Amino acid sequence: MRVKSIVCVKRVPDTEARVRVAADGKSVDAAGAKYILNPYDEFAVEAALKHKEAAGAGEVTVVSVGNAASAETLRTALAMGADNAVLLKTDGRPEGLAVARVLAEELKGREFDVALFGMKAIDDDLQAVGPMTAELLDLPAVTAVTEFSWEAGKVTAHREIEGGHEVVELKTPCVVTLTKGAYEPRYASLKGIMAAKKKPLEEKAATVGDSPVEVRKLSLPAERQAGRIVGEGPDAVPELLRLLRQEAKVI
Amino acid sequence: MPGIFAFAETRDGEIRKVAGEAVAAARTLADALGTEVHAVVLGGSGIGGAATELGAAGADKVFVGESDAFGKYSAEGYTAVIVKFIREHGCDAAIFPASSLGKDLAPRVAARLGAGYLADCTALEVQDGTVVATRPQASGKIIGQVAATGKPPVITVRPNVFLPGDNARGGDVQSLDVSVNEADFGAVVREIKAGAAEKLDVGEAPIIVAGGRGLGTPENFKLLEDLAEAFGGKAAVGASRAVVDAGWRPHSEQVGQTGKTVAPTLYIAVGISGAIQHLAGMRTSRYIVAINKDPEAPIFKVADYGIVGDLHQILPRMTEEVRKMMA
Ligand SMILES: Cc1cc2nc3c(=O)[nH]c(=O)nc-3n(C[C@H](O)[C@H](O)[C@H](O)COP(=O)(O)OP(=O)(O)OC[C@H]3O[C@@H](n4cnc5c(N)ncnc54)[C@H](O)[C@@H]3O)c2cc1C
Ligand SMILES: Nc1ncnc2c1ncn2[C@@H]1O[C@H](COP(=O)(O)O)[C@@H](O)[C@H]1O
Repeated sequence: MRVKSIVCVKRVPDTEARVRVAADGKSVDAAGAKYILNPYDEFAVEAALKHKEAAGAGEVTVVSVGNAASAETLRTALAMGADNAVLLKTDGRPEGLAVARVLAEELKGREFDVALFGMKAIDDDLQAVGPMTAELLDLPAVTAVTEFSWEAGKVTAHREIEGGHEVVELKTPCVVTLTKGAYEPRYASLKGIMAAKKKPLEEKAATVGDSPVEVRKLSLPAERQAGRIVGEGPDAVPELLRLLRQEAKVI
Repeated sequence: MPGIFAFAETRDGEIRKVAGEAVAAARTLADALGTEVHAVVLGGSGIGGAATELGAAGADKVFVGESDAFGKYSAEGYTAVIVKFIREHGCDAAIFPASSLGKDLAPRVAARLGAGYLADCTALEVQDGTVVATRPQASGKIIGQVAATGKPPVITVRPNVFLPGDNARGGDVQSLDVSVNEADFGAVVREIKAGAAEKLDVGEAPIIVAGGRGLGTPENFKLLEDLAEAFGGKAAVGASRAVVDAGWRPHSEQVGQTGKTVAPTLYIAVGISGAIQHLAGMRTSRYIVAINKDPEAPIFKVADYGIVGDLHQILPRMTEEVRKMMA
């Protein structure tokens, strides 16, 4: 079997990054931050590679909507083992439906069995672009997948739900979004990094439409006030419970 | 007359707790806009009987769509029915729970409607007739005030944040025509495997007792399970990434940037240092308690109450005292 997948990946500020609100009060200033391949997208890339290896034949294409620096993120995925990459270039940082529309337009013109996404991007925390792209392409989708098997014409996915999981069967082509599970991402080998430099990376301008969401204001969360140390050791327990019951009224 | 649409989630023939929360969130908007809450319940045959409790949560009308094809969730089937309902009926805003089902469904509905999607919101208000939502992003490092440019905004609300108050409405039940055919769906749920049927999920529990590397061994999590149980079915066990990576606990319990974002009324962090990626997942909890032997641990900087000391001594005592209290 020859398996063809497209993995949508996003360049995001590192989890340690200190983020500030920019002067306009409506955008994030992550200047100085290190950027990484979105961690959930690493699971998606790994899943695509594993399935290609298991099938013995296929192709893994990685696609990103972002600025010129996103080429670096695509190279990371190529170094892991993806075959080719497409950068849909824009200077803005579109989110949600605006990105899904760009991706859907690109995917429409391509042949694939499975389009893989991360469950969420850790910068906007939307958890939306995968299912939105599926809807725009009129494809079945499954989200928050920990593991899936792949036969000709069919994918069987394990999806995390509250208190358990669901087994979902999908006809291909379909959309699958990945969370942590069976696909612990590999590190790029030195050989992989060298090979990635020669792999095809196509760049073209993205046409980004208006977003149906307007950001009115961004702010930093109110700092939680450090509370009080009730005491030391087990003898402090009764006082803690008294406070939780009488002051906080939560138990 | 349009109203506020609230999606009332069901599973296995029962209304889920988050359904009442979606109705409660819709209620606050309906009151601000002077309109009604219209709850929609989809499920297998017989689901209608469970619908009355939605009136108690604040629904003026409840629309019930029963179909054998809806015994289990179908993203495509649900999207088709909901979009049709919203188009025919009109609505000023559509509210879904930010549950695993809601986060799968609401983006599809928003995409089909071309509507603004406001995800995992922790507050909703109306400014000059427009719904403005508060949504934490970048794992809670940034708080956004966002609005949709067109109508209706499609909104998911974080579990445990909007609790039904003393705000009952009629909840008149009407049936909704749902002609869907499972054969048309490209994705079908074959099976639901419950971890432990009655086990509360960490994403939705009102109380979370979370453990980290300080527990020392996987067996010691028994201490936390005992404490959770002492709270009488209201608490779930959570975990830091360190113990999930070590294979002591399943990823479904992980709280933080690459785990779940939670907002319980009480979060008890035991043997967890309070790394930024962990705080990301739990800083919007109403009350935080930290138990740690290191008085300098960063977790104390966000905790409302703390006990410094050895968890092996503190936890058994706490379980004992909570049992007494609940008895
Ligand atoms: C990309 C990325 C994503 C991440 N995502 C997450 C995430 O989603 N969730 C998450 O939790 N982490 C995440 N992390 C990891 C995070 O940085 C920390 O490494 C992790 O949270 C530490 O777990 P811990 O607090 O259990 O362990 P430690 O930091 O080792 O803390 C153990 C604590 O236990 C205390 N202790 C030890 N013995 C006792 C005792 N007998 N009694 C009382 N206290 C005791 C110690 O004083 C210490 O404070 C992420 C990291 C990265 C780089
Ligand atoms: N700019 C982008 N370019 C490519 N893929 C993206 C982009 N933004 C989001 N995605 C994909 O959609 C997933 C979910 O993102 P989000 O809905 O923003 O949380 C990510 O994990 C990526 O797989």
